[in-house]
Amino acid sequence: MCRVVDLRQAVLAKNDASAHQLRAHLAARGTAVVNLLSSPGSGKTALLERELLRARQRSVPVAALSADLATENDAARLARSGVPVKQVLTDGLCHLEAGMLAGHLDGWLPDDTRLLFVENVGNLVCPASYDLGETLRVTLASVTEGEDKPLKYPTAFGLAHLVVVTKTDIAEAVEFDEAAFRANVEQVNPGVEVVLTSARRGQGTGVLLDRAMAAADGVPVHSPVMARQSHHHGHTHADNGHTHAHPEATGPMAHTHP
Amino acid sequence: MHEMSVALAVVDQVTEAATRAGDVTAVRSVRLQVGELAGVVPEALAFSFELACAGTLLEGAELVTEAVPGRARCTPCAHEWAVGMPPRLTCSGCGGTHTELLTGRELQIVDVHWEDGGPTHAPTREPISEER
Ligand SMILES: Nc1nc2c(ncn2[C@@H]2O[C@H](COP(=O)(O)OP(=O)(O)O)[C@@H](O)[C@H]2O)c(=O)[nH]1
Ligand SMILES: [Mg+2]
Ligand SMILES: [Zn+2]
Ligand SMILES: [Zn+2]
Ligand SMILES: [Zn+2]
Repeated sequence: MCRVVDLRQAVLAKNDASAHQLRAHLAARGTAVVNLLSSPGSGKTALLERELLRARQRSVPVAALSADLATENDAARLARSGVPVKQVLTDGLCHLEAGMLAGHLDGWLPDDTRLLFVENVGNLVCPASYDLGETLRVTLASVTEGEDKPLKYPTAFGLAHLVVVTKTDIAEAVEFDEAAFRANVEQVNPGVEVVLTSARRGQGTGVLLDRAMAAADGVPVHSPVMARQSHHHGHTHADNGHTHAHPEATGPMAHTHP
Repeated sequence: MHEMSVALAVVDQVTEAATRAGDVTAVRSVRLQVGELAGVVPEALAFSFELACAGTLLEGAELVTEAVPGRARCTPCAHEWAVGMPPRLTCSGCGGTHTELLTGRELQIVDVHWEDGGPTHAPTREPISEER
């Protein structure tokens, strides 16, 4: 016979559960993940090269994982900083998922890692939907991409804890309108910090590392409006955090939110 | 295009539920809520869904998507508005930034229509969700 069955399940419930689990697992060993999202060519790798070098100078144990559809160039560039680097080829998949990330970290990520920078696949649509268990989500856009980027990709910018503008050394040449960009970011993500950087000139480098360190130390990150609706499994998390066992989670998945 | 991943997740979860139920022979339709701010394109999802269902219990199943408009409320002034696309999440009443998003981020399987070998009686709605 024919039956209608209520399921009421979040489509991404599995990814969310894996992300919660990974976040808790990494937090227990003192590691925080920074998830970097942007279009291809925005300058994620270039900025990361700078931040990794600086972390090394400050003796902060960091590592980086770079996801790419097909090439390994980014890892080679990042490895020049001397920190542990891993390249993940997604084989055409346009985003990373929490379970995949956990698999790649297993047996590779050094125990004492304080910060793990994840360069997500260059794409502002798909990666935005997948929580990787990060403590800090950063969305980047270069001055060449146009001031309306945040409006074209509202979930990527709307869910960011920090927004980074790159390539400011060529801002004048491309007539980048900083005020318009900031207003557009504010529209989709009121209150989020916007940082201006140029990896080429060294402007604003170190800020990302500072913000990541603060987040890893437990300083509350920005709470985006878009992230505040009852997240997938149907409850809201207060800014000050809470402890609970999720209905779908047993044992190890019961967790504390930072 | 992560609609294929989303479609596969839907097929996965429905298959699991059907396996738990035991005697499901075919899935006729799946109803999804897709919020305006969920970051999923319904047309692309429908296309991917058809592919993802091939060769599974869901072969030929219809995907019914319910669009959920984004709505927000300003905590200080209680103004409520449709956020639109691109969304405006600052208050259009007082200009404030203490906004609560009420709806729009849904990406949820609501219910499933399936055939099973059970006794023939009036269709029932039985909650099998673990969240209830
Ligand atoms: N002018 C300028 N170019 C940059 C800057 N950062 C990156 N680029 C260039 O932008 C291109 C893409 O940079 P990359 O770091 O590979 O971007 P990704 O794809 O986001 O990792 C490269 O040709 C870089 O040399 C910058 O600060 N200023
Ligand atoms: Mg790169
Ligand atoms: Zn939770
Ligand atoms: Zn995609
Ligand atoms: Zn208001």
